[in-house]
Amino acid sequence: MYIFDTLMNRMRRGCQTMVYPHGPAPALPDRHGGALRLDASACPAGCDACVEVCPTGAISREPGSGTTLDLGRCLFCGACTKACPHGAVTRTNDHRLAVRRRDDLILGKPGEEELRLAEALDKKMKSLFGRSLRLRQVSAGGCNACEADINVLGTIGWDLGRFGIQYVASPRHADGVLITGPVTKGMELALQKTWEAVPEPRIAIALGACAISGGPFVGNPQHNGGADPVVPIDLYIPGCPPHPLTILDGFLRLLGRLEEQKG
Amino acid sequence: MNTLAPFFSFANASRVSWASVPVFSVTKLVRLTGELVRGGARLVAWFGVPDHDETTLVAILAMDDDSILGVARSEPVSGSYPSLTPRFPQAHLFEREVWEQHGLVPDGHPWLKPVRHANGNAPANAPFFRVDGGEVHEVAVGPVHAGVIEPGHFRFQCAGEEVMHLEIALGYQHRGVEEALAGGPHRGTMCQLEAVAGDTTIAHATAHAMVMEALAGVEAPLRAQWIRAAALELERLANHTGDMGALALDVAFLPTSAACGKIRGDFLNLTALLCGNRFGRGLIRPGGCMHDLEPERLATMTERLKTHMADVEQAMTWFWDAASVRVRFRNVGVVHPHQAVAMGLVGPAARACGLVRDVRFDHPAGWHRFSQAPVAVWPSGDIFARARVRSLEVQRSGRYLFEQLGEHVDGELRTALGAPHPEALAVALVEGWRGEVCHVALTGHDGRFRRYKIKDPSFHNWSGLALALRGTAISDFPICNKSFNLSYCGFDL
Repeated sequence: MYIFDTLMNRMRRGCQTMVYPHGPAPALPDRHGGALRLDASACPAGCDACVEVCPTGAISREPGSGTTLDLGRCLFCGACTKACPHGAVTRTNDHRLAVRRRDDLILGKPGEEELRLAEALDKKMKSLFGRSLRLRQVSAGGCNACEADINVLGTIGWDLGRFGIQYVASPRHADGVLITGPVTKGMELALQKTWEAVPEPRIAIALGACAISGGPFVGNPQHNGGADPVVPIDLYIPGCPPHPLTILDGFLRLLGRLEEQKG
Repeated sequence: MNTLAPFFSFANASRVSWASVPVFSVTKLVRLTGELVRGGARLVAWFGVPDHDETTLVAILAMDDDSILGVARSEPVSGSYPSLTPRFPQAHLFEREVWEQHGLVPDGHPWLKPVRHANGNAPANAPFFRVDGGEVHEVAVGPVHAGVIEPGHFRFQCAGEEVMHLEIALGYQHRGVEEALAGGPHRGTMCQLEAVAGDTTIAHATAHAMVMEALAGVEAPLRAQWIRAAALELERLANHTGDMGALALDVAFLPTSAACGKIRGDFLNLTALLCGNRFGRGLIRPGGCMHDLEPERLATMTERLKTHMADVEQAMTWFWDAASVRVRFRNVGVVHPHQAVAMGLVGPAARACGLVRDVRFDHPAGWHRFSQAPVAVWPSGDIFARARVRSLEVQRSGRYLFEQLGEHVDGELRTALGAPHPEALAVALVEGWRGEVCHVALTGHDGRFRRYKIKDPSFHNWSGLALALRGTAISDFPICNKSFNLSYCGFDL
């Protein structure tokens, strides 16, 4: 009996994959807040309200250089937005967070109030990977939250396979690595070996605050403070963990597959 | 009746002054701990506290039937002490950990080697146990596994297909969580503890909050306790659902696998509805909760929960109706009840051996003092039992949530948290989805952490997985592993 039951249910449900990116993106939860914006010109001298509440020291205020916010260290807890009495740090509700260069995550300078979104790969790399990208995921001290939301993209709701993106079991089958975690000392060798086993040309993606900067564990001596020192990174996707929509946006942005990037 | 005498008895989520923790010679502490464990107590924590050049050993036991915990400590010692492990194997990792952290040698420990520390750029986890013989071969798996999962190393000793012994060597994920807590709490402490095990954010955050509240001598407002209890069940639902999907995938039963993958995300989205983050980051802080469940949000949550529960029950029905699924799980990966008791297994892994062992029921604290979900138990100890317990817990958590969300709990969300009491020890146990999460804090004379000990349920249960593999075909390792789905980072800290 159960086969018919299963088939009937399956038919009743229809296609459960979201229309995005060919339609509007699903809304972020209302308390999520999305990316942050920093208007350092609104910071009066002597105010350290945000610096004092930031759990990872992502915000700094040096005399003469103004306020800076490093979204690579940020856990998006929102403490700074609540603490700021001047409206200098605000939430944008934008899910798009992926960048190509580490510096593009640093906010504060005039004209750099928001992060600088990732550009697509160059023409040659895009022609290689644009329609088929195989990633070997390496968790190097990840807490399993980033990993869980990487996995969720493979489910029927998101269906990553429709973009030709797939997670593979062996680095030999991969076009790149997707790194989570601050790269603990215990995983350094394993990450190096995995990276070396991926044939060139190849790409590396650092996903989550840990893989970008050490995240909540920033400053602990038992890790490398992110993937950068071990593997050269082509795409940074911040968050703790980044929302699946943010991750997907990052992948598609890198491959030049978003509607807004076309034409 | 104080069944844990001469240990000092206390209840979950409470504080005892360090001076009132009885002190014994280390030999006597080992002997008393052994006697109490033989009498039915369970080793909850066993750790060292640095004391000048020496170490004070602290033992925390639970007498589940009486809902009490007991604590005692040794005089400061150095060098060695008689090991508990040969007679009480549940102590084996605790003793290895104490040796690694403080250099105290447990005399007679049969397999003394590091737990998680790195030697350069890899964990110092060699050499591995070997079985010799002409027909015996060795299989090494990891640290990087085939799927999107955390790293760990598995060494199998096999005769043909059959696994004779599995050694699980971890440590790859060690991020220095406990080390960073010394002298705390620091500004980043709460966020670090939320990431001890990302899929267990709520349980670890709740345990830390309870420890801080006990140290300060306050209780979180009832409304916050209510929200924490709801979030804990959402966490359980998401993870159990995801694991049922993973088990279905590994036996090639795709309808349930596809459905559960999506429903898991639906449950995570309910947590995000509550606090913005799918894993519950930022929801719980010492003193209360940061986000409220207002009537409108509560109504939305209840409506969505109804849909998701109907979906997940449907997916489970397909699964259990299929003889091809049931037969793959029966009598595979068996852990016997006496092994579960001896190894001190917790959570669904213990309940799948017929043990009634659930912190929500045995040591109720917070909201669980007023309401408890029934303890889901299955006796057979195999993958079938572990899947069955998870499946029953999905149902029970759902019902529990509907009941509790219907309660009207007024009041504040947060209370002011005073300074932590100096020279005090606080213990909090929380039943996370994998089992008992335990946080212990000991403050110094300045009220700062002198020692903070974290124990994820995986610390007990990895040994259960190793036992489950004995006599099992190596090709069944993936489904055995999924049926436990233990935490690597929660273990490695």
